[in-house]
Amino acid sequence: MFAPAYLDYNATTPLEPAVLDAMLPYLRQQYGNASSRHEYGRAARKAIDEARQQVAHAVGAHPTEVVFTSGGSEANNLFIKGAAANLKPGLVAISSIEHPCVREPAKELKRRQGWAMHEIAVDAAGRIEAADYADALAHSPKLISVMRANNETGVLQDVAALAEQARFTRAWFHSDAVQALGKIPLDFRTLNAAGVHGLTVSAHKIGGPKGAAALVVDKRVEIAPLISGGGHERGLRSGTENVAAIVGFGVACQIAVQRLDSEPQRLRALRDVLEQGLVQQGACIFGADAPQRLPNTVYFSIPGIDGETLVGKLDRVGFAVASGAACSSANPEPSHVLLAMGVEGEIARGAVRISLGAASMPQQVKDFLVALDGMVVQLKGLTALVT
Amino acid sequence: MKLPIYLDYSATTPVDPRVAEKMIPYLTTMFGNPASRSHAFGWDAEKAVEEARQHVADLVGADPKDIIFTSGATESNNLAIKGAANFYAGTKGKHIITVSTEHKAVLDPFRELERDGFEATYLDPLPNGLITLDQLKAALRPDTVLVSVMAVNNEIGVIQPIAEIGELCREKGIIFHVDAAQATGKMPIDLEQLKVDLMSFSAHKTYGPKGIGALYVRRKPRIRLEAQMHGGGHERGLRSGTLATHQIVGMGEAFRIAKQEMATENERIRMLRDRLLKGLQTIEETYVNGDMDQRVPHNLNISFNFVEGESLIMAIKDLAVSSGSACTSASLEPSYVLRALGRSDELAHSSIRFSIGRFTTEEDVDYAIKLLQGKIDKLRELSPLWEMFKDGIDLSTVQWAAH
Repeated sequence: MFAPAYLDYNATTPLEPAVLDAMLPYLRQQYGNASSRHEYGRAARKAIDEARQQVAHAVGAHPTEVVFTSGGSEANNLFIKGAAANLKPGLVAISSIEHPCVREPAKELKRRQGWAMHEIAVDAAGRIEAADYADALAHSPKLISVMRANNETGVLQDVAALAEQARFTRAWFHSDAVQALGKIPLDFRTLNAAGVHGLTVSAHKIGGPKGAAALVVDKRVEIAPLISGGGHERGLRSGTENVAAIVGFGVACQIAVQRLDSEPQRLRALRDVLEQGLVQQGACIFGADAPQRLPNTVYFSIPGIDGETLVGKLDRVGFAVASGAACSSANPEPSHVLLAMGVEGEIARGAVRISLGAASMPQQVKDFLVALDGMVVQLKGLTALVT
Repeated sequence: MKLPIYLDYSATTPVDPRVAEKMIPYLTTMFGNPASRSHAFGWDAEKAVEEARQHVADLVGADPKDIIFTSGATESNNLAIKGAANFYAGTKGKHIITVSTEHKAVLDPFRELERDGFEATYLDPLPNGLITLDQLKAALRPDTVLVSVMAVNNEIGVIQPIAEIGELCREKGIIFHVDAAQATGKMPIDLEQLKVDLMSFSAHKTYGPKGIGALYVRRKPRIRLEAQMHGGGHERGLRSGTLATHQIVGMGEAFRIAKQEMATENERIRMLRDRLLKGLQTIEETYVNGDMDQRVPHNLNISFNFVEGESLIMAIKDLAVSSGSACTSASLEPSYVLRALGRSDELAHSSIRFSIGRFTTEEDVDYAIKLLQGKIDKLRELSPLWEMFKDGIDLSTVQWAAH
């Protein structure tokens, strides 16, 4: 049996060994409920407090600004619906390339709560279009959400500048930073000073476990809980804390921040090799013209080749990649991100995402390009026969 | 013997070592996102999730398609109560019914719904902690949309008559939700027989990990809910968010083991509980809280009269127990559950919940009995009230002077 090369780090990441070591005691002997007053409970509470500090440190926030949730989706839902619950219905403005767990809550406000919704256009490089953004701001939105890094293209938005620009509207400004944490520096202090009020980060995208994430939130934002009953997490999120996962999240944050010095450069070098090779095989790279991108993400399409077919073939020879965001992979529709960027349907249907991470090595990239080359020749031959 | 002795299984249970072993591969080598459809990492994870869903369904006599994974019973309760009440409010009405001794994870969503214009009725149980069908019948209205009654109370362990309540609700076309967080593995649950529409489960009360739970959502007849978390459309669109594979696998394994072992395990636990009860009843002026027949074998809740609650807790530090439910024990308010049974503030304050589980031994129980016998004697020696009581003074007739 051969070990497949995992090249889908934006979907989820393998656990860092040190994270597992930190978690295991909380799956074994340290099993207390953090709300219990006895020794078992106090040990659990202490572990959560420590993890909260680690997470806060990693994103430049104060520990009391960190609200633990079960995942990034929940944290995004919590900010958008939770803040909206304490506002009179108005306009919610989100970028047109948000993850469904931002877009759907915003749509929900529109469907049920009488809100209006504006999806801010992006340009061909996947960056917020200035004119449309200014237009949205002119309509006095009450809530704005723009992701820091896109999960498909890896394109970064200058969230601080966007928030600064939106300041006059007095809107609550949120940013989904799930794909940014660990790949680029994040500093909530700076972002908050610029007018960002909420930030979502998640453990399983940075070598931590699934089942833990956080909403980092400015305490001036009045948030109504999505889940009530017991008053955990300052009343913003009830439910017995997932101690092991939270501990894992803390340690994963610590490791990710330590590696920010060198890991992004290493991945960027690998990515550049990958993209050069892809371009030579006739691929177009989405978001390549954006001034700032995540160092680990390559999103491409080879004209005439279907993305689903290609990822299926790649899987069979041991390369795990994605054909769009994991969460919507069941959906045969072309990516809404690419459509928003004005990519034509046929090309969009060819989209394949490679996302690199801790275990990605130069040899894997070389092997990948060789394997792909063979497939492209074969698939193009088939297409030629059909047409 | 490891001190403090853990007798707080109703707050949370240790993860069974077999469960932990089963979880670890899904943290290390099989780490895929179950929603990834393009590679084997994703498929392996998805397969594990579906296998776990089957185990969860098997323990409670459900179809796996009726099981929605959530982050825990608190989320399940919120989703069931707010989701169903809001979905059906327009067609059925805005009256909802529950019991005053429910967990906060039911009561708080009820309060939220009240703020949103629903009318709620809170049934007060009898002194034994149980509600009667007649009470419920009397509370029903034409616009009643939802009834929520827990299977097993977290503080006193009593079992509510959910089968009968289900019959009544079904007959009236009212949605019936049951919080079964404290019931799985402790009593048989057969959703094929029970007329229950929505049922909440937790893994960490049944030797699974924290951070995972489930909601049973009946499909025949079909119950619809307004989702509380939106996004990628996971879990039939009722609960979006990446599935935490290792936790789901842990819940599945925990529930599989529960199904296999609950019959023999519960007999052993009942024997231990009865031993504990017998030992503690040798202490004068003790009061068992809650019905002893309609009760899971794991729970014993006792009030020790003429002992101050906080001093008692401090005196028995060798025991990890709860005074009131874990989730509310940060406050010094007497347990609202015991107050609802009509217990005085004093007796509610001096109550201890012992909850026994898989790893409790006879030695643990004997140690606990001996410790309590000794400490309560000591505390009462210092108590003027105890002295008066022993002198035959009826304390209820004493006129205390304010000063």
